[in-house]
Amino acid sequence: MTGAGREAVSSGRASLRDRFFASDHVAGWLFVSPAVLLIGLFGVAPIIWALIISFQNNSLITGGTWVGLANYRHLLHDPMFAASVRRTVVYTVLFVPITLFGALAVAVALNRRLRGMRFYRTAVFAPVVTSTVATAIMFSWLLDPYFGIVNLVLNKFGVPSQGFFQNPSQALYCIVIVTVWGWLGFAVVIYLAALQGIPRELLEAAEIDGATRWRAFWRVQFPLLGPTTLFLVVWLSINALQLFDEIYVITRGGPLASTTVVVYYLFQQAFAFFQAGYATAIAYVVFLAILVLTVVQLLIGRKLVHYRS
Amino acid sequence: MSEIVIGPKDLRPADIRPGDLAESRRWVPSAWHLALIPLALVMLFPFFWLVVTSLQTVAQSRTFGLHFGLQFHNYVDAWTQAPFGRWLLNTTVVSATVVVSNLVFCSLAGYALARIRFFGSGALFLVILATLMVPFQVVMVPTLLIVRGLGLVDTLPALMAPNLVTPFGVFLLRQFFKTMPVEIEEAARIDGAGRLGTLVKVVLPSMRAPLATVGIMTLLWTWNDFLWPLIAIQSEKHFTLQLGLMTFQGAHTINWPLVMAGTVTTQIPMLVIFIVAQRWFVQSLATQGLKG
Repeated sequence: MTGAGREAVSSGRASLRDRFFASDHVAGWLFVSPAVLLIGLFGVAPIIWALIISFQNNSLITGGTWVGLANYRHLLHDPMFAASVRRTVVYTVLFVPITLFGALAVAVALNRRLRGMRFYRTAVFAPVVTSTVATAIMFSWLLDPYFGIVNLVLNKFGVPSQGFFQNPSQALYCIVIVTVWGWLGFAVVIYLAALQGIPRELLEAAEIDGATRWRAFWRVQFPLLGPTTLFLVVWLSINALQLFDEIYVITRGGPLASTTVVVYYLFQQAFAFFQAGYATAIAYVVFLAILVLTVVQLLIGRKLVHYRS
Repeated sequence: MSEIVIGPKDLRPADIRPGDLAESRRWVPSAWHLALIPLALVMLFPFFWLVVTSLQTVAQSRTFGLHFGLQFHNYVDAWTQAPFGRWLLNTTVVSATVVVSNLVFCSLAGYALARIRFFGSGALFLVILATLMVPFQVVMVPTLLIVRGLGLVDTLPALMAPNLVTPFGVFLLRQFFKTMPVEIEEAARIDGAGRLGTLVKVVLPSMRAPLATVGIMTLLWTWNDFLWPLIAIQSEKHFTLQLGLMTFQGAHTINWPLVMAGTVTTQIPMLVIFIVAQRWFVQSLATQGLKG
């Protein structure tokens, strides 16, 4: 890029042009220019444009018309939106702790030298690289109401077939199972890395002292994992609030809208009903919710983590 | 970061020294297996059932019991009924472009933000940090309008363009460049190397782990991305594997063995890469957790 200019400078034949390229300001901006261009176009511009769209009646096809705060006002009185928020909250409240404590237990179990450990770890990590679409399809088949293996096994034990994804009172809980399976490995990786950062002596002391192993874990190791737990709570919550892929592939928000979570609802608004302005207003509210939740979690977490250390 | 060794490395017999706690356990099967075996079975069962079903006939798949059919015709049928080869090619082209582009441009930007003091660099870094926090749903509609304005809707470049430089990559690499000692770079510069030469010849070779993290995370996201292709692509010939798989399942809901065969073939490339490079994958995920 500026190599030719540089060589000239170093060999002492500095012309004006060379000095221009050697300046830190120019070099800096040359280095960042591709990133600035692309992040500007696909990162910054859409954020601002989205804010404008959220004040518009925008059908995606023709240009929008300004409607002020109408989208945000409509949102307050939209029972479908309120219901989708409730479902998202139920999902998040189940998904985050189950994944978190499940991963903690699994990470502790995996954090030792055993025969076959490589196999166990591969088994736990493999879902992480499996696409959400494939995960969704696999579980649709496992939990198929008519021919799925889970129902066939239940039948053998005299339990009648369940609707699972096709039963409005079960579908959302089944989605929790699918996503916990898909996310567990990620959380385990993070916990394992943190556990391996804890001095070996502490782990061994806790393990040898068999009588109080359980208490030692919660008193010694768990507090040391505080920052990791905090990160995972924040990260898992952010992703839980954005749940979409599995819903789209498995239930399309059904049955009877029982799995229409907030991001699926805004997707429907934008691309099924062409209410892009309204959809974007919802998206901004989700963003705001994520920001507030993250700040609250960090504040509470910092306090807890601080007290224990 | 470099201290994290999860995976095959800590299983080598050579690592287990006399006096090590593990020594006493080596010949006595640990009780942990009682918990770990069921765990592994639960995690692997969906994959196992996926493969078993893909080798069955429709009739076999609907009755209880293990029918280890060897009906490879499902695979042949899946590949003749849907252009999986084409989708695989599309996904590979898009992912490869995005990964290479991120490695190059995130390195350049991350290096400049960490090392070069230039006008506006502080503000620029804050702006990039801000975009990192915004969820995709917020920018989904305007991004579609921008891509449409560029005339890229329903083309492969539409899938590449928004991800060519990710704020995550810039941020992560900047953090790592910051932690590197400056002295080596200064020595190279005194020897007459330019900024670019220093970056390419001196700095990047010692940044393999963070570069691998950016490469692997970008690959995973792009390869498995679903929402953006769903919005940006309409014609079947421009589908990615995930989008194609979703429509394939939608079109053959009653023929689960066929759908399973399609699913297996779409997941094999990433699973193979993962098993071969598991240590790097795990390290990348952990890095994302600690820095992201």
